[in-house]
Amino acid sequence: MKPEEIKSQVLGILGKIAPELDQGGLRADRPLRNQVDLDSMDWLNFLVALHERLKVDIPEADYGKLQTLDQLLTYLKERLPA
Amino acid sequence: MMEFKLPSLGADMEQGKLLEWRIKPGDAVKRGQVIALVDTSKAAVDVEIWHDGVVEELVTKPGETIPVGTVMARLRSAGEVAPAPSPTISPSLRKPASPAARKRARELDVDLEKIAGTGPHGSVTLEDVEKAAKAPGPAPSIDRQLEMRKAIAAAMSRSKREIPHYYLAESIPMRRAIDHLARANEKRPVTERVLLGALQLKAVALTLRNFPDLNGFWRDGAFHPGAGIHVGVAISLRQGGLVAPAIHDVDQRSPEDLMRALADLVKRARAGSLRSSEMSDPTITVTNLGEQGVESVFGVIYPPQVALVGFGRIAERAWVEDGALRAVPLLSATLSGDHRASDGHRGARFLAALRDQLQRPEEL
Repeated sequence: MKPEEIKSQVLGILGKIAPELDQGGLRADRPLRNQVDLDSMDWLNFLVALHERLKVDIPEADYGKLQTLDQLLTYLKERLPA
Repeated sequence: MMEFKLPSLGADMEQGKLLEWRIKPGDAVKRGQVIALVDTSKAAVDVEIWHDGVVEELVTKPGETIPVGTVMARLRSAGEVAPAPSPTISPSLRKPASPAARKRARELDVDLEKIAGTGPHGSVTLEDVEKAAKAPGPAPSIDRQLEMRKAIAAAMSRSKREIPHYYLAESIPMRRAIDHLARANEKRPVTERVLLGALQLKAVALTLRNFPDLNGFWRDGAFHPGAGIHVGVAISLRQGGLVAPAIHDVDQRSPEDLMRALADLVKRARAGSLRSSEMSDPTITVTNLGEQGVESVFGVIYPPQVALVGFGRIAERAWVEDGALRAVPLLSATLSGDHRASDGHRGARFLAALRDQLQRPEEL
């Protein structure tokens, strides 16, 4: 999957979970959950949606590597076939 | 003949607007069945009935706003004989609309009654609903926010006026619970993963079994214990405001089951689709503000309940255990208690028991 495609899927899911989010104002190099006000339930729903759309199961142990949007996209790129 | 009255769906509700009936005269209804959709200032609530019977007459019309306690419908119990049928044909009570249109109208907060239908027999179609939602008009979401603010103001003012609160706090080491959960979650796919919040709810409920004086209601100058342990979960809504609907019999449910219930409740609360029993019968409330980064929360009791448990952030702190200094993840748990129903001594014992319960996560 192309990086742009992954990004558009990720932003699409975020938009569903946080409809009030101004995606233009999102900083890809800053902690994501703070910016989007995702609590642990929102975060889990986000991961479940990623699992449904991209067929990727992210273990809890990897949460620490997924602080920013950039880190998340890099992680997904590595896990998904190109 | 039985009368079905508009139930109070929480201390902050004074009136409700009937959105639609889910029953019609002649229908047999069962205990627990959803019979109407009622809009409170906080959400559209599926209202359930608590008796078996046969619908005789629908008194309230969709679109009407009525005070709590108003007779909405009359029913006869199963054995009662039906009176002679009325010769007049009752007009259709609800606007014809496709199920998809009805669902969409609820999602978009559009009043079906006010839409001119273009479908067969003037029924409202999905397209009609979406068109109506886009049409310029008063913004209903702002009204709802204003109404919700008013409802919360009324309930919280009543609480602070009537309930003599006492407040207690306790630091709870969470290493065991966190490790236990991490091990269990390793084996679970992402769709079945359990959050610490679900374990905390279970721990509160199990502990409450030994503290029935904190689980129930203060009504008419006396304490009435709850029939079960129905934990109200404070859920903040993204557009502002909060609701605290109940998960029923929390002490009897597995963490996996509780997690599903919690996820479902949060989803429905945010979509504005809750059931009357969830709104009206929490026996205690739990609020969790730790995710917002606060250390602890001393909550305002939701009347007529008599206690509220607050959870703050879990953070690593210096902790002395067995004479050694360690870095331990600590959770600040608080209890707001109604001094009419219990004393600080009982409250302190409750928090100590909750702390001990969380050291035995395998029981949760």
